[in-house]
Amino acid sequence: MIRTPLRPLARILDARNKGENPDAIERENIRIRHEQMRDASRMRAEGRLLVLGVMFIAAFVVVGARMGMLANTEPSEPRAQASGASIIAQRADIVDRKGRILATNMETHSLYAQPPHMIDPARAAAELAAIFPDLDHDRLLKDFTGKRKFLWVRKKLSPEQKQAVHDIGDPGLMFGPREMRLYPNGSLAAHVLGGASFGREGVHAAEVIGVAGVEKTFDQYLRDPSVGGAPLQLSLDLSVQAATEQVLFGGMKLMNAKGAASVLMDVHTGEIIAIASLPDFDPNDRPANPTQGNPSDSVLFNRAVQGVYELGSTFKIFATAQAIELGLVNASTMINTRGPLKWGKHKIRDFHDYGKTLSVKDVIVKSSNIGTARIAQMIGTARQKAFMEQLGMTVPTPLEMVEANGGKPLLPPNWSELSTMTISYGHGLSATPVHLAAGYAAIANGGTKVMPTLIKQVGPQNGPRILRADVAAASRAMLRAVVTEGTASFGEVAGYAVGGKTGSADKPKERGGGYYKDKVIATFASMFPAHDPKYVLIVTLDEPSTFIAGKERRTAGWTAVPVAAEMITRIAPLLGLRPEIEPGQLAGITLTSN
Amino acid sequence: MKTLLYVVTALCVIGLAFWAYRENYRTQEVLSRTDKLQIEIGDARARLAVLRAEWAYLNRPDRLRELALLNFERLALQPLRPDQFGRTDEIAYPTPVQELLPITDPIDISTMRATDVEDDQ
Repeated sequence: MIRTPLRPLARILDARNKGENPDAIERENIRIRHEQMRDASRMRAEGRLLVLGVMFIAAFVVVGARMGMLANTEPSEPRAQASGASIIAQRADIVDRKGRILATNMETHSLYAQPPHMIDPARAAAELAAIFPDLDHDRLLKDFTGKRKFLWVRKKLSPEQKQAVHDIGDPGLMFGPREMRLYPNGSLAAHVLGGASFGREGVHAAEVIGVAGVEKTFDQYLRDPSVGGAPLQLSLDLSVQAATEQVLFGGMKLMNAKGAASVLMDVHTGEIIAIASLPDFDPNDRPANPTQGNPSDSVLFNRAVQGVYELGSTFKIFATAQAIELGLVNASTMINTRGPLKWGKHKIRDFHDYGKTLSVKDVIVKSSNIGTARIAQMIGTARQKAFMEQLGMTVPTPLEMVEANGGKPLLPPNWSELSTMTISYGHGLSATPVHLAAGYAAIANGGTKVMPTLIKQVGPQNGPRILRADVAAASRAMLRAVVTEGTASFGEVAGYAVGGKTGSADKPKERGGGYYKDKVIATFASMFPAHDPKYVLIVTLDEPSTFIAGKERRTAGWTAVPVAAEMITRIAPLLGLRPEIEPGQLAGITLTSN
Repeated sequence: MKTLLYVVTALCVIGLAFWAYRENYRTQEVLSRTDKLQIEIGDARARLAVLRAEWAYLNRPDRLRELALLNFERLALQPLRPDQFGRTDEIAYPTPVQELLPITDPIDISTMRATDVEDDQ
């Protein structure tokens, strides 16, 4: 590059001759040189910006193109890595607390027909009717020869049936793969599991959706692919559940009851170990919902969860426990039991006349309605209502079944003092056996509230405290005395120190207007072993009636209690409870000095 | 000197191309083998699920109870009773246990070959 001098001699001399300032020439040259330098650096900067811009555009084009390609390609599983997922069915299994299968899936096929592709519709219809006796031949023929282009013939096929249909050889009969829900244990825990059916159906697949029980409650969870096919683990124990159902069925038949229910619950964790309602059904072939008649007579009706009953004298222990908690009485306070107790036009009577007074303990042991009503009067309406709310007797149980919401307790519309008195001995407030189990569990575990659950838990619930530990212990001693010397003497099981309370409530007439004279709900609410309860067992028989010792017997002491005792004999060993000698009552020795 | 550099570079490029070509085909082969294995694993899992369902079905309490009843004369099986709990001091001192016999002729029930057994023989 040729560098022009700032002070060219020729121009300087020329300017001097003309008398001009030669410095102006120098400044002019400096200006020009600076302009050249500025232009050069601008050119370089613009070039760099251009390169940078091109780079950015290239980068964005690459990223955009890659995004477009990814969005437009067919999704495929990563092929190179080992697969950890083990989803093989669209619905996860349900297992019991020891991992035994309660519900799983099977591959099967559905059968559909495309009449336009059929070669010999008449023969196909005849052969199909021969294979499936429940299909109507005329109807099939009409469908196959009519205008229909597509129809489902069967939703599930066994392999033999599939082969038989295949052998017809008509190209218009086609199979679609299906997953079906299988309950390998048949009717075991039928009400808990509920059942499943097909949702949206296509030729190549169909949704399997839960229709009742835990299948419906956990429908989302069971179908959630992010769970990775992990099974849903319930708190039920398969073998205990089987033994429970067997004993309950035998008891129901022996006692001529039309229905029965039982709930076995862990008092610390709130887990339901076994829950049965009879009569039951096979969830593999769930019957249709009843459209007429009393819904509570249907086999689908879950007496343990949906059935709200007046549970009778089993409620008395709540009244005495609250009275002891409030310091109104203690176990040996004498209560006036002279009857009948008149309240307005109502009279409260006892099953027998128990004399003028009974101690609080004997009110429970002998099951005196009058005594309990008097204790309830001491407690008062507001406090009783608050206590029942604490026990969870006023709202549906939080059990994880869709039916649990239907088990809403029936409360008196106007909780008057008379209601307070009747509720204290279990009339006027209807609740489900699961409510009762939760209430008894609170007494059994030392006074803390327990929420019943069907899902396996890892530890005790440690709920809010309802009763002091000493009140709970005193109540347990009374319940134990009911078995050793009171109305539940058939409930004694050697080695398991059963404690419990019987309840025989007259059934209210469906259309209102009082109670049946000869229909009762017999309930035995028990806990074992009473000195350190692990489990609460509720057994309820619907309209039991048996002929023992020369008399027609309906009360729980003669009906529900022997069934519960047999049940405890069967299930306590299965639960791993070793029979033990009950620790004796400490003699009340008082140290004195003279 | 420059020529040598060119030749070496060209040879390097040829070598790398050959290596990439071979790796590509080996990868393809491994991928297709993985695919086959994945399918086999899937089939085995499906088979396992069916076997589990069958196991659960065969072990359902109703059936076991009936079997116990049918074979009562031979086995005299009864439900577990409270008086059957023992104490540790009631158990005899263990005699040396015989080692389990080695499994010489295993029956394959969970892989794809399970159904081929009859064909092989």
